[in-house]
Amino acid sequence: MSEIAEKVKAIIIDKLGVEASEVTPEASFTNDLGADSLDTVELIMEFEKEFNVSIPDDQAENIGTVGQAISYLEEHAK
Amino acid sequence: MSLRRVVVTGLGAITPVGKTAPAYWEGLAAGRSGAAPITRFDASKFKTRFACEVKDYNPDDYFDRKEGRKMDIFTQFALIAANEAIEDARLNEEGIDKDRVGVIWGSGIGGLTSLQAECIAFANGDGTPRFNPFFIPKMIADSASGNISIRHKFRGPNFVTTSACASSSDSIISAFNYIRLNMADVMVTGGSEAAITESGVGGFNALKAMSERNDAPELASRPYDKERDGFVLGEGAASLILEEYEHAKARGAKIYAELIGGGMSADAYHITAPDPEGNGVVLVMQNALRDAGISPADVDYINTHGTSTPLGDGAEVKAIQKVFGEHAYDLNISSTKSMTGHLLGAAGAIEAVACIMAMQHGVVPPTINHVTDDPELDPKLNFTFNEAQPREVNVAMSNTFGFGGHNTSVIFRKIDS
Repeated sequence: MSEIAEKVKAIIIDKLGVEASEVTPEASFTNDLGADSLDTVELIMEFEKEFNVSIPDDQAENIGTVGQAISYLEEHAK
Repeated sequence: MSLRRVVVTGLGAITPVGKTAPAYWEGLAAGRSGAAPITRFDASKFKTRFACEVKDYNPDDYFDRKEGRKMDIFTQFALIAANEAIEDARLNEEGIDKDRVGVIWGSGIGGLTSLQAECIAFANGDGTPRFNPFFIPKMIADSASGNISIRHKFRGPNFVTTSACASSSDSIISAFNYIRLNMADVMVTGGSEAAITESGVGGFNALKAMSERNDAPELASRPYDKERDGFVLGEGAASLILEEYEHAKARGAKIYAELIGGGMSADAYHITAPDPEGNGVVLVMQNALRDAGISPADVDYINTHGTSTPLGDGAEVKAIQKVFGEHAYDLNISSTKSMTGHLLGAAGAIEAVACIMAMQHGVVPPTINHVTDDPELDPKLNFTFNEAQPREVNVAMSNTFGFGGHNTSVIFRKIDS
């Protein structure tokens, strides 16, 4: 697993209070990991902070699973 | 329309001298001080370096991490105290109509820790706003009553009262009125505060309101002592379940006491200094006695505001003597802030619990740390100095006064007296 993927997983485990085993690439933040709309906003903000990127709202809407977050950040992280 | 009777059917507390209502009472009856050096932050450059913290507090003991992280510490304290009171009153049992159960909470400040943390993070950044989405819901004072209702599905009236250090006495009176007026059957009330932060301690230091007795923190809160030099900041929460009398009887609830009256007034004098003549305080006690329909001579115990400030203590005592006349000498008077410190917006709630426990146990908790008589205070008054005194307490009054000149008094009576 890439360094970015490791960091993304760690943030999700920390913010959503879930087990590492639940954080699979297919897992949806809202449907599988118990996030509400504010949790999702917080996650995106944490990704922005950790990877020093700015994720526009229209692109943030497309980040709904662990896998989508990892691929977005692998592409955009500086 | 006749007013309905209101009784207390549950108690909860998390305080600097005990982390449950029974442990809190045990601390008060033993005359234990909750003051110690500040552990929450590095206070080495502050004028006051001690406070009455809730000891060994760890939110993980009460909440799962995800839940705890979304609440400011003042809301965590609110839920801990309310949960204890709700369980004590068995409010989650079958047959309680949750549409008729409300929550009116008190907090003087709200989520100061969260406000401070977010502002510091922004100031340390590059100007990009990265405010946490939970920041506002954590900070706003009404998140306490909101979270209690969400946890327990209580759908009755729900809000928070803010009147500085009178906040939770005002929440108790508001809750009392909603039941009296038949707008609810049961109310969860109380108050919480958690202001032992850099901004809280620094701000109160700037007001010259706090004790600076850093060499002996446990002796610093000394209401009515000649050498008192200000209040000691405390934190925590207490909760009372108020319930309509017939409703409580019908379900066989344990009844601690009856809430028989409440009074409010304003000093209309100065934003932080008390009126030295105590006129607003005279008025608030008269208003409470009238609302309760009792005479001054019926009162056994007054849990005073008594914060240990040079000005405030004297003004309140003067007012008590004006209202109670000769009966003032028969009263037990005590300031439990000598032990708990000043819990600001939670003071009214924890002191209401102290009054009810005093009735239950037939013991008046003391005003500790008395060393030197204040020549300005009448030596014939019984301030319950240093040790608890046994006394049958049928009627107890709790006074609280807040910056802004808000005064509030509530009166409890034993149910069978």
